[in-house]
Amino acid sequence: MRALAGLARRALVPGLAVLTALILGAVVIILTDFENLAQIGSDPAGALGAAVGGVFNGYGAMLTGAFGDPERIRLAFEDPNDRTIATAIRPITETLVAATPLIFVGLAVAISFRTGMFNIGGDGQLIVGALGATIVGVGLQTSGLPSLVILALAIAAAILFGGFWGFIPGFLKARTGAHEVITTIMLNYIGAQVVLFALLGPSLRAAGSSQPISKNMSAWVDVPSIISLPAIRLDYGFVASLVMAAAVSWLLFRTTKGYELRAAGFNPTAARYAGMSAGGSMMLGMALSGGLAGMGGGFLVIGATGQLTNDLSGGIGFNAIALALLAGLRPSGVVAAGLLFGALTTGGKVMGIQSGIPFDLLFFIMAMVIMFVAAPGLIRTIWRVKVAKPAPEIASVAPTAPAEPV
Amino acid sequence: MRLELREISKRFPGVLANDKISISVDKGQVLGLLGENGAGKTTLMNILSGLYKPDSGEIVIDDQVRVFGDPHAAIAAGVGMVHQHFMLVPVFDVVEAVALGAEPVSGPFRAFDRAAARNRIVELSEQYKLNVNPDAKIENLPVGVRQRVEILKALYRKSDILVLDEPSAVLTPSETEELFGIIRSLAATGTTIIFITHKLNEVIEVADKIVVLRRGRVAGTADPKTTTRQALANLMVGRDVELIVPKGPAKPGEVVLGIKDLVVRDDRLELAVQGVDLEVRAGEILVIAGVQGNGQTELVEAITGLRTIDSGEITIGGHHVERASPRQVSDLGVAHIPEDRGRDGLIAFMTVAENYILDTYHREPYSRRGIFNLKAVSERATQGVKDFDIRTPSIQTLATALSGGNQQKVVVAREFSVPVQLVIAAQPTRGLDVGSIEYIHRRIVEQRDAGAAIVIVSTELDEVLAVGDRIAVMYDGRIVGILAGDDATLENLGLLMGGAIFGEGTAA
Repeated sequence: MRALAGLARRALVPGLAVLTALILGAVVIILTDFENLAQIGSDPAGALGAAVGGVFNGYGAMLTGAFGDPERIRLAFEDPNDRTIATAIRPITETLVAATPLIFVGLAVAISFRTGMFNIGGDGQLIVGALGATIVGVGLQTSGLPSLVILALAIAAAILFGGFWGFIPGFLKARTGAHEVITTIMLNYIGAQVVLFALLGPSLRAAGSSQPISKNMSAWVDVPSIISLPAIRLDYGFVASLVMAAAVSWLLFRTTKGYELRAAGFNPTAARYAGMSAGGSMMLGMALSGGLAGMGGGFLVIGATGQLTNDLSGGIGFNAIALALLAGLRPSGVVAAGLLFGALTTGGKVMGIQSGIPFDLLFFIMAMVIMFVAAPGLIRTIWRVKVAKPAPEIASVAPTAPAEPV
Repeated sequence: MRLELREISKRFPGVLANDKISISVDKGQVLGLLGENGAGKTTLMNILSGLYKPDSGEIVIDDQVRVFGDPHAAIAAGVGMVHQHFMLVPVFDVVEAVALGAEPVSGPFRAFDRAAARNRIVELSEQYKLNVNPDAKIENLPVGVRQRVEILKALYRKSDILVLDEPSAVLTPSETEELFGIIRSLAATGTTIIFITHKLNEVIEVADKIVVLRRGRVAGTADPKTTTRQALANLMVGRDVELIVPKGPAKPGEVVLGIKDLVVRDDRLELAVQGVDLEVRAGEILVIAGVQGNGQTELVEAITGLRTIDSGEITIGGHHVERASPRQVSDLGVAHIPEDRGRDGLIAFMTVAENYILDTYHREPYSRRGIFNLKAVSERATQGVKDFDIRTPSIQTLATALSGGNQQKVVVAREFSVPVQLVIAAQPTRGLDVGSIEYIHRRIVEQRDAGAAIVIVSTELDEVLAVGDRIAVMYDGRIVGILAGDDATLENLGLLMGGAIFGEGTAA
């Protein structure tokens, strides 16, 4: 019971933030609905009604796009066959597919922020991890190994590549004081160029393609599907992301290593006074963070896409920062926020197609969510609720980490 | 001007910070406002300076009821504040810093009339014997002079009522004496002064009248001519406190901490400890006295493995620790109570329980092979909270939510939760109230009697005299004298702390 109350308390601000952002999104939809607004002089009630109707249409499309269409679900129950079932559940499985890399990189961001490191390099670590998985995947094409073995090796390579890409800024910070915000951003560019270079070479590039696209590996290696129905992409990568959330939570709160990471993150001098190595924590935290992001990249490239492209990450690294903050840097919260963002992106695309409200509105809504989470005072004023001060994890990731080497 | 506060009340969520406080002070009088941390002194002064609005009650200046909506109104009414943390722009010179916000202007473009400001500042400085060079840069001035610049700032704004918030916290004993001289001469020329402090000696020395606050109320008033420190302390805390924790004579045993010819550099790579020799034995308390910044911090960091040394020897219980890491030192049974507990001793956003194991988490029973036994952690932490009377809602409360005294108790409880042979306590009672000081001292004496060697670094003379079995005075990176506790007096300590023995020749 107490755990539930705690959960409700922690979810209050993010929940209200999402609600407020959706309401503001509705206002924007109405204000940009020029067709109906043009009628406001002659028929104010009708115009407003139509505009509000547009909001319901749009958000309705978003909901069905993210979670499924009740009509199709009913059909699937009446006439259960592969096709009807697949159509009915496809929206929700697509939401989970979209959530998977977000959860991986969200966990990566959470663990680095907990260590006091502002890892902005999720994009780079993800794509370099994906490159590692691709090199192994393509390299073992003719090896004759079972798909699962190749998968395991590819994911291991993804973790190593991403972990290395994360370790570099951790090492630079610990040894030279180079600020990780700068180094991780720069490594995003470098990572993208490395991947582009690798894809332009003959060994990875898809035969006959002049574009920077790797061979499609799905013929000989794939992440097993959870539901084997046509057009359902949901695979065990999602399960792996949940397992990693549990693992990160266990590491952070049940092990001495996790305690050291958190201590160094909150207060590196006190950690040093207590005999810990703050520099070691920085390097370990960043390597773990990069490894998680790389793992997400590995599952993405072997599973959902089957091939590496240089625009694979598509801004996941930055969305992951937002969702990790929304989650209060808690692994369970990262899963919840990952699902939310997954639903918003999947549903948002359907909204764009069905109601003509541009997909870009989703960026507006996501940005508003983050702003409200970062400013609980606003939520308090708007909703007249008592909310605690900003979660200490969030308050403390502000620039408290010293820039000097430790 | 005569100032009267009538029945001032101010409530914050969950606390009644000021509960019908009435005080009055006459023109030219010095009122000593005494109280523990959290007694409501600062709230009251923030009301007087216009930062807060009282929920009820009124401020009366010269029989006129005033309402201060903001700090400007308070300044206009002649109330000047000298804050504990100075509010001066470091790169400005004295004239600019003082005139900032109240600049005299001249000419069609209303340009800053530096000459006019400078003249007035020189005039005030001479009138009140503040002895401030108007052209010096703030960042180059010693702390004591910066404080006089703050006073000058208030006088420049024609303050007739001057509020000094813990003014001696940052001063050396001789600077404090100078400050008292200034306060007396200001009062003699008709300035009304409110002097806020938690130091008992100071109010007795400088105030004409003492008001003691406790838990938001006036606990009593006292006449400095007739009252005693003990009486004031009891009023502040609300029970009989022991200003000097009773302890038997030391029974020194084996040498636990041995330091030979130690040389250590500070962060700027300048020599901070310049050849220190020291021996501390089991069962004795050695206090290292001295003005802040004479190498004590670097000495402690060198002993505890936090700072690499230039040369010399350090042994703890016979082990050489010149190159030891903080963990290796701690594993020898060394308790370290750091100087800045907020920065170095605690992790503010971790819980009391997590802070309780900050330097023992890697040992059993708290963890095995890197995995926590959370039950053991919470049992031990609960016990520690009980043993050390730490006032906290639970062991899951964040350390930052605790008062300074309770935070320090968490640190002390943790450091004493394992057997120790050496205790290094830097400024263990800085900023704490009388009740907490008594408690911490008692625990330290207990450790001594149990056979630990104790090193206390302190800048507070009261503390030095209260707990030291032996007193080593540090000046300019050297130990300039070691006194037996019984031979030490305020006078000979004060002289040593000012570097009297080595004199000018070695004072770099």
